Amino acid sequence: MASILPFVLSDLPDGFCGIVAKVTGGREFTARLAAMGLTAGTEIVILQNRGFGPMLARVRDTRIALGRAQAGLVTVYECQSADAFPDADSAASG
Amino acid sequence: MNANPQTLSPTPTPPRQAELRPLVIGLAGQPNVGKSTVFSLLTGLSAEVGNWPGRTVERREGDVRIDGREFRIVDLPGTYSLTSNSEEERIAREFILREQPDVVVMLADAAALERNLYLLAELLLLPIPVVLGVNMVDVARREGIEFDAHVLEAALGLPVVPMVASRNEGVADLLAAAAAVVDGRQRFAPDRPEIATAHREVYERVHALVRPSVPAGLPADWAALKLLEGDREITEAARQWLPADRWNAVHAMLREHEDAVLDVAGARYEWIGRMVRAAVRRPRLGQVSFTDRFDRIATHPGWGLGLLLSVFGVVFWLTFSVAGPVQEWLEEALVARAADWLSAVLVTSPAWLSGILVDGMLAGAGVVLTFVPILFVFFIALGFLEDTGYQSRMAYVMDRFMHRIGLHGKSFLPLFLGFGCNVPAVMGSRVIESRSARLITIMLTPFVPCSARLLVLAFLVPLFFPVYPALVAWGLVVGNLLVLVLVGLLLDRLAFGRERLAFVMEMPLYHVPNPRTILVFAVTNVWTFVKRAATIIVLASMIIWLLVNYPGEHVNDSYLAMFGRLLEPVGSLMGLDWRLIVATLSAFVAKENSIAALGIIFGEEGQALGATLAMALTPATALAFLVLNILFVPCVATVAAVRQETRSWGWTAASCALMLASALLFSTLVYQAAVMVGLGAGGV
Repeated sequence: MASILPFVLSDLPDGFCGIVAKVTGGREFTARLAAMGLTAGTEIVILQNRGFGPMLARVRDTRIALGRAQAGLVTVYECQSADAFPDADSAASG
Repeated sequence: MNANPQTLSPTPTPPRQAELRPLVIGLAGQPNVGKSTVFSLLTGLSAEVGNWPGRTVERREGDVRIDGREFRIVDLPGTYSLTSNSEEERIAREFILREQPDVVVMLADAAALERNLYLLAELLLLPIPVVLGVNMVDVARREGIEFDAHVLEAALGLPVVPMVASRNEGVADLLAAAAAVVDGRQRFAPDRPEIATAHREVYERVHALVRPSVPAGLPADWAALKLLEGDREITEAARQWLPADRWNAVHAMLREHEDAVLDVAGARYEWIGRMVRAAVRRPRLGQVSFTDRFDRIATHPGWGLGLLLSVFGVVFWLTFSVAGPVQEWLEEALVARAADWLSAVLVTSPAWLSGILVDGMLAGAGVVLTFVPILFVFFIALGFLEDTGYQSRMAYVMDRFMHRIGLHGKSFLPLFLGFGCNVPAVMGSRVIESRSARLITIMLTPFVPCSARLLVLAFLVPLFFPVYPALVAWGLVVGNLLVLVLVGLLLDRLAFGRERLAFVMEMPLYHVPNPRTILVFAVTNVWTFVKRAATIIVLASMIIWLLVNYPGEHVNDSYLAMFGRLLEPVGSLMGLDWRLIVATLSAFVAKENSIAALGIIFGEEGQALGATLAMALTPATALAFLVLNILFVPCVATVAAVRQETRSWGWTAASCALMLASALLFSTLVYQAAVMVGLGAGGV
């Protein structure tokens, strides 16, 4: 286990691969994200996070844009298998 | 059993005889699965556009005949799930429960099958058979995803049809499969998802409590599950179905198990995982797809913005430079000739009759007609952007700017287009899914100075302010946009504060656009505008003509002038006399009319309008007049478009009132400020 404490989705760099730990923000928001594929236990890859404005992530073969405030409601564990996706730097620059 | 009619209680229908009447098919699917392509392929231009009873969402349905069999296709709104979080979701499930189609055909995107089957997991709980069409298998293959329809069909226990709708592959098979299920020729014995063990017991208890009270036709197990999911509509309804003691028991249980929603969703994806495990293969992993490569530019804060502005520029240019000449031609070749012809026919009839028919009715019809080319070109462009998938990227890039004033990223294109004309801009707001964001966009669009208003500025400012015309015009436009931002901030905080929208949006894969889909999209939208707005515009044009021409001969003796004189006390706050009020009011049919009205009212023999105006008006009054005219109630076509898009006279009145209030307020402020700095005296 790379980390016991989950990260907040909005803090993660491009190329980061994680497993969704928890979605907060109320039943309605949780249900909405679930319908778009984002539930606890789902693999999520950060496609673009510039540190401001909305961010892009890949979940269950789809690309989802999330507002910064919404991304702050999702916590993520780091993926265990490091080789499934290259490290953050090469993915971002490649 | 409770006999009270509930929102969700379906009307019991007698068993249907499938052979005698067309099969009714509900076309369901998540957004971006090519549903509109399939729908337009099947129904073409014959589709009827109405709206769902009591809703602002459009309802499209049409007939198709395949192999001697009639089908009636009802296009359901694209939704990710069937929980009552949005209007679209409520519409989709209400249709299935209340109108009970013979079969629901669900389309899924082969490249994102897992996420798409979430909707199927929900549909299978409703008492209508489902057939699954897996669309865009070609795109999925390019993305490195292979899927086996037979394996999926065996796992799900319902017909699965692979399709490429953009090339018309599999669409007929899909309807054939639907008919086969209705006739009982094909197996429909679906494997349904079950709730996870952790919450099985709570579910059973809720189920037992609600079952005796659920209205006929509504599945009790579905209602119980929706209660556990915290579905607002069902929770409200259950409070009414259930006797107080049982409601309290259910309510207590739901509160104790608030986390059940996670379990319900989790169980659905667990079920999906089992279904697709054997059916989906990914032979090539890790290659970078076109979508990802293009998105590096399209979603980049810098490059993306550049690309977006160029695309907007092209859309703007196409809309007004291609449509402009056609518009002029229509005006000369059709409207003017029709007017000549009608005047000639009516030459012996009384003046009022030929006046109201030629200058009132025909002029109004001309206005409607001249919007057609603009709207058509605009909707072609909009359809293209939607169909390729680029529209979502524009929204993504713009969202960081737009959400500050309560707008969605998708609000930008309509607002930007408003500089050309407010009518397509208001209609363009329909691409925004969230109702509150759509309403704010519709309310703000008329604040964008359209080309007609800019033309009035360009004409009048040099007359009033010969010294620094560009500076004054620029200041007015910037001030106008500041008012827009201010009103946006206020609306967002005051009117829509509670519905702060979460920005969560899918970025679909890029697609080669389908010309037929785009054409059908444009034609239906333009036709709907003509049908719905024409009456309002023509009537308003006739009424205004009457008000301007009666009872006196000259506009100075008209009803409008009398009304203007009545309003003089208000006008004096802005330094305006009745003549300027009349010029403002007469611009309702078309904004550029205010110039003509000024010419008639202030016109003197042998004097240029500019000289007369400059003598008659102080700079402070001129400024106040310009501000009033930029912000004043939008033209009648825009009002008709607002009415059409909101489906509500209340919102239409609110939009007009908002414009009117801002116009009066800012015009007064500008006038008083200008008088204070000494611009109240005559001459420059």
